[in-house]
Amino acid sequence: MNKGIKGKITTALFVIPSLFAFINVVIIPFIMGIIYSFTNWDGFAFKGSSFIGLKNYKTVFADEKFAASFWLTTKYTVVMVILVNVVGLALALLVTSKIKGRNLLRGIYFLPNLIGGLILGFIWKFVFTKFFDQLGIAIHSSKIFFNWLDNPTAAFWALVTVGVWQMAGYVMVIYIASIESISDEVMEAAEIDGANAWTKFKKITLPLISPAFTISLFITLSNSFKQYDTNLSLTNGGPFGSTELITMNIFNTAFGYNKYAVAQAKAIVFFLVIMVITLLQVYSTKKKEVEM
Amino acid sequence: MKGKTKKSAGLVILGSIFAIFTLFPIYIMIVNSFKGRAQIFTDTMGLPKPLDFSYYLTAIERMNFGKALLNSLIVTTASIALIITFSSMTAWVLVRSKSKLSDFILYAFVATMLIPFQAVMIPLMQYMSSWEIDAIHFSMIDTYYGLVFMYIGFGSSLSVFLYHGFIKGVPRSLEEAAMIDGCNKFQVFWKIVFPSLKPINVTVAILNVIWIWNDYLLPSLVLRSPSHRTIPLSTFYFFGQFTIQWNLAMAGLVLTIIPIIIFYMFSQKYIIKGVMDGAVK
Repeated sequence: MNKGIKGKITTALFVIPSLFAFINVVIIPFIMGIIYSFTNWDGFAFKGSSFIGLKNYKTVFADEKFAASFWLTTKYTVVMVILVNVVGLALALLVTSKIKGRNLLRGIYFLPNLIGGLILGFIWKFVFTKFFDQLGIAIHSSKIFFNWLDNPTAAFWALVTVGVWQMAGYVMVIYIASIESISDEVMEAAEIDGANAWTKFKKITLPLISPAFTISLFITLSNSFKQYDTNLSLTNGGPFGSTELITMNIFNTAFGYNKYAVAQAKAIVFFLVIMVITLLQVYSTKKKEVEM
Repeated sequence: MKGKTKKSAGLVILGSIFAIFTLFPIYIMIVNSFKGRAQIFTDTMGLPKPLDFSYYLTAIERMNFGKALLNSLIVTTASIALIITFSSMTAWVLVRSKSKLSDFILYAFVATMLIPFQAVMIPLMQYMSSWEIDAIHFSMIDTYYGLVFMYIGFGSSLSVFLYHGFIKGVPRSLEEAAMIDGCNKFQVFWKIVFPSLKPINVTVAILNVIWIWNDYLLPSLVLRSPSHRTIPLSTFYFFGQFTIQWNLAMAGLVLTIIPIIIFYMFSQKYIIKGVMDGAVK
């Protein structure tokens, strides 16, 4: 009996440190956040705040800037998911072929991923403002190469360019793992049967790497939706507030305009959307996966 | 045979073009960190003439680079060490004492991975600033231990999950033998289990280093005094001040990237493996 209790206490001692931090940093603030989103909380003490029902959510859905941010983020995410995965898969196919220097190339392609989004954004800010400008004049094509950050449409594509540059190397690594696990025998058998490179890719590689698709799509989807750092350092929402992604909108509502409860309601909407789309995505790609 | 060499030459060219595109912004950043103002305005692409190191000296001084590097090292090392210790202990117990409660705790860790930081940041800051004891100068805001505590909270989800997956495949016979020999749970864990976790420790460490070293948003909310700034924070404030002085800004960025490049050169193999393992699980 005594021993049983002692055992339970030692077990608890193993779990408590991380559980304590986890509960206080994630769970409690998350629950507080849900509660606050239904009140007129002013960002300081909760005492004195009162419940105002769905009023914050009504404000959120009537907020045109939030809707614009939401739409922009959706557009950004769709473009990113497609481009990052196409480029990442192409890079993976390239470095898993018997090309010379493939290890060096892998290392180079992955490098941007280690540099944080904030610093990447600053590097590219210089490339877009100075280098693009000069290149446009030098090669007489200032319609394509100008300061992209001055124009709303181009600034959006600037964000996409930096995002692809950063994330392609990451999904490449995931695709490499998957491609390398395909056995040589399958490929050789196909070759004997007279399959060309394209048929092999379409009929063997693609179906067999579908688990990697699930993971890569999940990662690019949620990372693009949650993009903040590059947005902050590269465009800071500009020009004229045209590139304010949803995370920046939430941040500015809270810490810029001090509307904490409304910002929290936005954050809850943001969370629900992320949850629904990632679950739907994982569910639908899982169904298409091939077991081997 | 001839067709094959042609094809592989084509691939090498294609691969090199991608590599040049990947490295080009880094090249632009480095060359312009040595250039005078006039050359930046007329020639961003070319090599610097003359090579002027003075922007680095100014950047180091104005960014308080030495202090920022030290702060980043302290925060990252402490967070990683504690995340590894606590998450592996938690995961081991969750695997070995199977019960409804241990399943529930695991699911709680896993499910919250979907919660974006923005959904908790506002109440978190209010909640953490209420943990304050003036008498002993204890505060979660603007202290390293406060920030480290929050990193443990946010980091433990993925880390516990990764350890859990790994420990499930570790046979328990050795642990049982040690128990019979009279070892207690702590001894079993530290002498037998933990040493066998090396591969997953590397994975967990690398994933968390990449995240914590580069993280901007959380430290920007938690750390208030300029002397506490980590590298991303000091870069942010520095860049905001000197956007017009590009050479100075570029020198600052090169400085921030040097530690990452050094880390990458020494542990590239582990990093790529760590990212693979972390993603596939």
